[in-house]
Amino acid sequence: MKLAEIIDMLDAELIVGTPDQLQIDIKTAFGADLMSDVLCDARSGCLLITGLTTPQGVRIAYALDIAGIVFCRGKRPQPQSIEIARELGIPLLRTQYIMFETCGRLFGEGIIGCIREICAGDSFREI
Amino acid sequence: MKSESEFVGNVSIVGHGFEYAGRVSNEIKKILLEQGIPEGIVRRVAVVIFEVEVNIISYAETGFIRYQVLPDSIIIEAKDKGQGIADIELAQQEGYSTADDKIREMGFGAGMGLANIKKFSDVFEINSEVGKGTYVKSIINIDKKRS
Ligand SMILES: Nc1ncnc2c1ncn2[C@@H]1O[C@H](COP(=O)(O)OP(=O)(O)O)[C@@H](O)[C@H]1O
Ligand SMILES: [Mg+2]
Repeated sequence: MKLAEIIDMLDAELIVGTPDQLQIDIKTAFGADLMSDVLCDARSGCLLITGLTTPQGVRIAYALDIAGIVFCRGKRPQPQSIEIARELGIPLLRTQYIMFETCGRLFGEGIIGCIREICAGDSFREI
Repeated sequence: MKSESEFVGNVSIVGHGFEYAGRVSNEIKKILLEQGIPEGIVRRVAVVIFEVEVNIISYAETGFIRYQVLPDSIIIEAKDKGQGIADIELAQQEGYSTADDKIREMGFGAGMGLANIKKFSDVFEINSEVGKGTYVKSIINIDKKRS
């Protein structure tokens, strides 16, 4: 699903993003407020859904080649996060929907988890 | 054997506040991408540096990160001056953390950092002395066939 379509579906505000980036095709996503979890388990190309608005989310997105960040339940990214996202080229969206609703809407449109589940012994099932 | 792709970089972190966490990782990632290092390798390096950087900012007073790009591998070393780690085995256990509330508020302190560094590294080494500081080394092989 194109980022532009995701913006429509989530009634989202595009805070940072270029016209080119609206054409990015999103296939997978990861949702978490815990940045430690994002660093462990998010995968490149996924969309990050989070309520944490600090610059570290944006920095992690760049480190992991995450396609973009959706801030849910109306959370506003900190001004510094916006500045860094512009500099690093990370699209930022903001939706009023709560995290569950945001994820559910995306899943309903065929976007799946960037990994399926965490298995015993630190392994995980890739999609 | 020396090749043109070989180079060394040093970044020091001196009493940085948490708001800077991840900046060193981002800067080094940019440099490595400019050097044409494969994306998948750079991603692993970026995660390892992110984790050591957050640890230096969280638990040490000052520290530096050194990275060495060799033809077949990238070596990352993080050395800090600080409280050190009393029980290295315990610190490496998933979920073990001494992070304070401030760190947790920022979304860190899940006790997964060292385990994550290990997961993303081909070689992982950690030494620490209480009251002196901590040394972490990670080697990531550049597998030209895979990446
Ligand atoms: N550079 C360091 N200096 C002192 N203690 C450290 C350092 N790095 C890690 N530790 C200790 O090891 C624990 C586990 O670290 P880590 O696996 O990165 O998880 P977290 O940072 O989320 O606690 C930390 O909570 C801390 O007690
Ligand atoms: Mg840590």
